[in-house]
Amino acid sequence: MSATTTDPPVAAPAPAGTETMTYREALRLAMRQEMERDGRVFVMGEEVGLFDGSYKVTAGLLEDFGPDRVRDTPISEEGFLGAGVGAAMLGERPIVEVMTLNFVLVAMDQVINHAAKVGAMFGGEVRCPLVIRTPNGAGNQLTAQHSQSFDGWFAGTPGLKVVAPANPADAKGLLKAAIRDDDPVLVIENLPIYKEKGEVELDPELITPIGLAALAREGSDLTVVSHSFATVRALRVAEKLAAEHGVSLEVVDLRSLRPLDVETVAASVAKTNRAICVEEGWPTYGVTAELAARIQYACFDDLDAPVERVGMAEVPLPYAKELELAAMPTEGRIEAAILRQLELAP
Amino acid sequence: MTITASDPKLIGLYGSMALIRAFEEEAERQYKAARIGGYCHLSSGQEAATVGTVEALAEEDLLVTGYRCHGFALARGVPAEAVMAELYGRRDGCAHGRGGSMHLLDVSRGYYGGWGIVGGQLPIATGMALSLVRREAPQAVLCELGDGAVNMGAWHESLNLAAVWRLPVVFLVINNLYGMGTSVERASAEPDLFKRAGSYRMTGERVDGDDLEAVIEASSRLLEEARSERRPAVLEAVTYRYRGHSVADAGLAYRTREEIEEHRQVDPLERTRTLLRGHGVSAEEIEAADRDAAATVLRATEFAESNPAPDVDRLATGVYAPGSDAQFERMMPGSPFGERELVFGGGLGR
Ligand SMILES: Cc1ncc(C[n+]2csc(CCOP(=O)(O)OP(=O)(O)O)c2C)c(N)n1
Ligand SMILES: [Mg+2]
Repeated sequence: MSATTTDPPVAAPAPAGTETMTYREALRLAMRQEMERDGRVFVMGEEVGLFDGSYKVTAGLLEDFGPDRVRDTPISEEGFLGAGVGAAMLGERPIVEVMTLNFVLVAMDQVINHAAKVGAMFGGEVRCPLVIRTPNGAGNQLTAQHSQSFDGWFAGTPGLKVVAPANPADAKGLLKAAIRDDDPVLVIENLPIYKEKGEVELDPELITPIGLAALAREGSDLTVVSHSFATVRALRVAEKLAAEHGVSLEVVDLRSLRPLDVETVAASVAKTNRAICVEEGWPTYGVTAELAARIQYACFDDLDAPVERVGMAEVPLPYAKELELAAMPTEGRIEAAILRQLELAP
Repeated sequence: MTITASDPKLIGLYGSMALIRAFEEEAERQYKAARIGGYCHLSSGQEAATVGTVEALAEEDLLVTGYRCHGFALARGVPAEAVMAELYGRRDGCAHGRGGSMHLLDVSRGYYGGWGIVGGQLPIATGMALSLVRREAPQAVLCELGDGAVNMGAWHESLNLAAVWRLPVVFLVINNLYGMGTSVERASAEPDLFKRAGSYRMTGERVDGDDLEAVIEASSRLLEEARSERRPAVLEAVTYRYRGHSVADAGLAYRTREEIEEHRQVDPLERTRTLLRGHGVSAEEIEAADRDAAATVLRATEFAESNPAPDVDRLATGVYAPGSDAQFERMMPGSPFGERELVFGGGLGR
């Protein structure tokens, strides 16, 4: 678990109670609370102000905080993301929204070769408390250039922290933790989850610690390890298989990709003796590749079967609905992999 | 090759504009009926800038565009059937159902794509112009981009490269006053976008993008200079998009209904009709062109409806060049599946 000097107590009681809200509302609440709490926090990105955000996550913030703290940018990702790095180095707490993860690519140099280097390269003399928020998510026929999940690229970069909430509570908690963190944190949001609802603690001092996975579902037959939308899928599959096959799945929702909570994963696999890792992106050299390596090392004697992986077919995602569906790590493919591993299907 | 209003070609150009308008209206209908998915960016209102610049291209010239590309494909002569089938994600779409609305192309017509990342097409068009020079080909490249793309690094890098290497490329900025919900004034410190060409000692011009004749005149001249003198240029065509950024955007959060109405009053189709009438083209001829456009769109939709989906077992077609199989042969089958089976063995491995 990562703790920064500004971290409030994690398990404080929630006097404010909870409220049902969508994932996007939870993110907005996190930003609103942190902006009220800390004048150094500001938001910038394309269409975050006047347009209320491309996916309406920042809706209403311009009205409440004004154009200095909710700053519309030109289409210049390398420029404004890098500007976030510079402002962060002077102690500000910028939240840079990039319209989707695909567009981070044109700013990749600032993310990997600048933001992630600040702490180490200057001998710890200066830090970069930057937050990059950006959604991911294929499945709407957005085609090859707009449907990618290369979460593993970022999570494989020392100097960056990467979180990927799968539900509204963690969306709020992890974004708040990211804003308070002293390092650059990439918050990978998810387009299909934006509209999902869940209970969210209103207490402004509650955060979800970075580096701590969640047991999203307890079970005994097999562990599914996933993050972001893959967790949503895994939970659906778990309900279905429980009903149809009496199978008891445990689902570990990673929440943080770097740091990675191997302890929680390993404890689960030690109990179930089987693991299937699922991600929305390409598995080759991906998050699930890292998981498979870590699990075989930590759980060598516990495993009853090789660690299995499910991810995007290794093609640039095609447009046609039929092709897109065939390429995606759908519930059907996850289910098939689980049944095979449990020898309930050929 | 300057076209004047008296040219008999003019009614054909009007027909092309009418086709684009009718096509976009149909695309919007079919998108709302969920027969078209993904992002769908319409170009209604931008017909004169589209048809006029494409008209200025010689047959061998090359065209590269962004994602708002239905109009450019149609103007370049890509059959409406192939464009609509692509929007439907069908086998005989111009990108075989793999690209969709944003990634149209037709290599046989020198149209090298519809690209989806803002600014991404600029270096590519620049490289094509470089190749033309290396091969001593007397051709030029027309590269379309939006007003929003001029703030990307790729714009500056491409303009500088084109200028220092003297490449035959014309960067066509379709200035429709907004990039999504951000007006040019809010996004660009120099809102006279054509002036930026001056920083690279390159010709920069602005034209009324809704004036078909003016568009043809300016783009013909700049493309000719590119071909014959290897002089790159920026042409800014000022126009307006009637619809939202994409079909999913109502287009009203950042501009008023009055503003849209004002622009509709000076509609490029109506202006072109006036031009035609002024040159003695009869109302019947104009109506016939409108009817043809509607009929072409109807045929295109019928074609797309009946065209089959791409075969799912050909999922990986095109990912690697033919003959790459052997290179992947030794990738062991394994969890979740070997690359070889995945990419070449019918798509999904199992
Ligand atoms: C690098 C990048 N950033 C953001 C986007 C999302 N996006 C798509 S179109 C667009 C607006 C572009 O506006 P403009 O260049 O004026 O073209 P228009 O849509 O008006 O034709 C944006 C921000 C993108 N595709 N690529
Ligand atoms: Mg524009």
